[in-house]
Amino acid sequence: MAHGSWLSSALIYLAAAVLAVPLARFLGLGSIIGYLGAGVLIGPWGLKLVTSPQAMLDFSEFGVVLMLFLVGLELDPRRLWSLRKPIFGWGSAQLFGSAALMTALAVSAGVDVALAGVAALGLAMSSTAIGLGVLHERSLMNTTSGQSVLSVSLLQDVAAIPILALLPLLTPAATRAAGGGWLGAAKALGVIAAIVLGGRLLIRPALRWIARSATPEIFTAASLLLVVATAALMQAVGLSMALGAFLAGVLLAESEYRRELETDLEPFKGLLLGLFFIAVGMSVDFAVVLAQPLRVAGVVAAFVLLKAFVLWAMGRAMPLPAPERPVFVILLAQGGEFGFVVFQTAAQSGVIAPSVASMLVAAVAISMLVTPLLLVAADRWLIPLLAGQTRRTLPELREPQNRSVIIAGFGRYGQIVGRMLYANGVQPTVLDIDAEQIEAMRKFGWRVFYGDATRLDLLRTAGAASAAVLVLAVDDVAQSIEIAKMVREHFPRLTIVARARNVRHYFELHDLGVGLIERETLDSALMSARSVLEQLGWERHQARTLAMRFRRHNVDQLHRIAPHRADEAKFIAASKQAREQLEQLFAQEREQAAQRRQTSGWSADDPAPAPPPAR
Amino acid sequence: MADAPFPTPVPADLGPSGAAARPGVVVLTAHPQMEHSRINRRLMTAAQQVTRRGAGVGVGVAVRDLYALYPDYLIDIAAEQALLASAELIVWQHPVQWYSMPALMKLWVDEVLSFGWAYGPGGTALRGKDLWLVATTGGPRESYHPDSYNRYDFNAFLPAYRQTAQLCGMRFLPPLVLYGAHRAGEPDVQAHLDHYTQRLASYPHWGELDTLLYDIVPPVPPDTRPDDTAALTPFGTN
Repeated sequence: MAHGSWLSSALIYLAAAVLAVPLARFLGLGSIIGYLGAGVLIGPWGLKLVTSPQAMLDFSEFGVVLMLFLVGLELDPRRLWSLRKPIFGWGSAQLFGSAALMTALAVSAGVDVALAGVAALGLAMSSTAIGLGVLHERSLMNTTSGQSVLSVSLLQDVAAIPILALLPLLTPAATRAAGGGWLGAAKALGVIAAIVLGGRLLIRPALRWIARSATPEIFTAASLLLVVATAALMQAVGLSMALGAFLAGVLLAESEYRRELETDLEPFKGLLLGLFFIAVGMSVDFAVVLAQPLRVAGVVAAFVLLKAFVLWAMGRAMPLPAPERPVFVILLAQGGEFGFVVFQTAAQSGVIAPSVASMLVAAVAISMLVTPLLLVAADRWLIPLLAGQTRRTLPELREPQNRSVIIAGFGRYGQIVGRMLYANGVQPTVLDIDAEQIEAMRKFGWRVFYGDATRLDLLRTAGAASAAVLVLAVDDVAQSIEIAKMVREHFPRLTIVARARNVRHYFELHDLGVGLIERETLDSALMSARSVLEQLGWERHQARTLAMRFRRHNVDQLHRIAPHRADEAKFIAASKQAREQLEQLFAQEREQAAQRRQTSGWSADDPAPAPPPAR
Repeated sequence: MADAPFPTPVPADLGPSGAAARPGVVVLTAHPQMEHSRINRRLMTAAQQVTRRGAGVGVGVAVRDLYALYPDYLIDIAAEQALLASAELIVWQHPVQWYSMPALMKLWVDEVLSFGWAYGPGGTALRGKDLWLVATTGGPRESYHPDSYNRYDFNAFLPAYRQTAQLCGMRFLPPLVLYGAHRAGEPDVQAHLDHYTQRLASYPHWGELDTLLYDIVPPVPPDTRPDDTAALTPFGTN
């Protein structure tokens, strides 16, 4: 902090953020661009208000640590375990796929293999701060693409440890011994074990004790202390601070203080992340860029495009819904904080020359600058093309509501529910997060609020504490589960009437204690089945009765096969068996009816009530 | 057409004292507009609160609100038959509509009292039980008279009920009728409710019950059963 007192640098940072961020948002560019722009502006290459960004970068990196702690809080161990495949599978595919491609390209362009490998690994890392920050800003954390971004980021955090540890080994002169070796690994394992055990056994009673003191600022201090201590422990043994914080968050995800920790740390995280982005903006070394602009541009374009290619292929293979793919690709295609660290370490240990390192750092920083711009461009042009609509935000619901029904999600499903309610004089509070949809609905005279129903405070504002029924009709399965879980926990008297996208979703809701669940396509599909039977000659009333009985048995069977669903093979076998039983039951019945007609004597001239089913 | 996502448990709720005790009395109530009901709703509620003596611990009355259980007219035949099998007294409690029962009650009769179960060869499930009609009418007592608009005595509309009971081997107990239900004053209604619950509680110890004899059930030849080609066979009972 070259600029004298603490007060004046606070003045500079805060003023820059307060001016730049609203301006960027007003221009529709998002807050991250605002912070980055502010950083460039006040940095050594702008107004020169701050000349040594490195100190601020180190300090504000704690924002990333806090963010991962908060991400961890949202993921209880069970959900994390269910993410193991995306983390290790897709995460490794991204990191090593991108690194291999980049190495190959660099080597074919005549770069030394060791240099190419190190550079490729560093560039393959993405910015967790930008990725998760954008997901949070856009409430995308609980979408499929959001979870995929998180998975890949987590693997990068894990992989950073061995990469950083192995870097010195690449040094031709081996200037540094691979310090400690086994001892270091043992220490690392010990610290992780300490965090896991401490998180499970010590922290919760400690938090309970602190909460009983009923001093809010001390609870906030304890929350911060928890994260700082975890980070310090991890750093002491050379592990990723962010990873440690994430681990601590996961361990506390099931504690009763989860929400309090979240609310307390949220503002710190926001401010520190902002500072971090400002610091990234400041640290772009424009001297390097200006010295060889074409080379830097070429490196940025090559590595971002290569990573984007790998990510796009992953998005197709997963598969991600087409409109979500651009966000997934863009959020992971840039270089990241780990890149900075990797290049610095590599330069220190002599694996790569300092000039190359600073060029690579500049390339990473530029790619981080470009990411939000790419996102804006994708929002404007690419995603509408893929989804036929744009995604924007509107002012959020603020005035407390007190209607007896809340509808979360006013798409195809929620609308029908809402219309039926309105037709009967029930006026629900309607929430949706799709700005386009809301504006379209408002044009038709609907009263729809913009609001993310996965957020506790927003549900409270919507009147969840006093309402009788919540219609859970959001499109996204993960969000639906999240809301159901939160409502069961915080508003146990609020009855949930849920839409299930599929059977798995149905089971998950059922497990959460939701009693009134409808599979979204079941009834309309049965109506179509009725039409088919009618077209084949069944009487209309019989078709109706058969459809309704099919429905009852189908729901019965759903509950019977439910216990087997953890084991996929068993689940498939049970489902198959259930279907066969149902078919047998109906066939047996047709046969019995036919027999009775024969024995009852008056069937001879009776027209058959139903033709045999066409095969 | 979405009915309750979780199917009605089988056998259905057996009163407040739990499923283990057999209630002995099953009340089937049917009112297509229960929300507008003055009398039938109170009759139903009163029946739900009856505790019957003499069955060891207090045993309730199983009350089946048909329009609430089967809003989509998809009757769970197996569940209904299982419950009937456990009953000694079956009560049909409903408003009289067009000199007969509400549509869902009639569907219940059509589907649950099936050939080979309630009547006909092997159809002895209901033998020796009692059937009691508890009805309300819109018209006052005077209207059920040759000189008034309903033209017939109320009993003249009951042969179908009587014969249904008879064919199943049940006694048809003297009906309990509240005439002019929507004009009945509170004292009359209260007296009616008291009489009803007292009867439910004290069954089978009614004074006149011993004088009522079971008719001999005439055999039904297998080929004279009504056309059931459109009717349903309950799952699991045939």
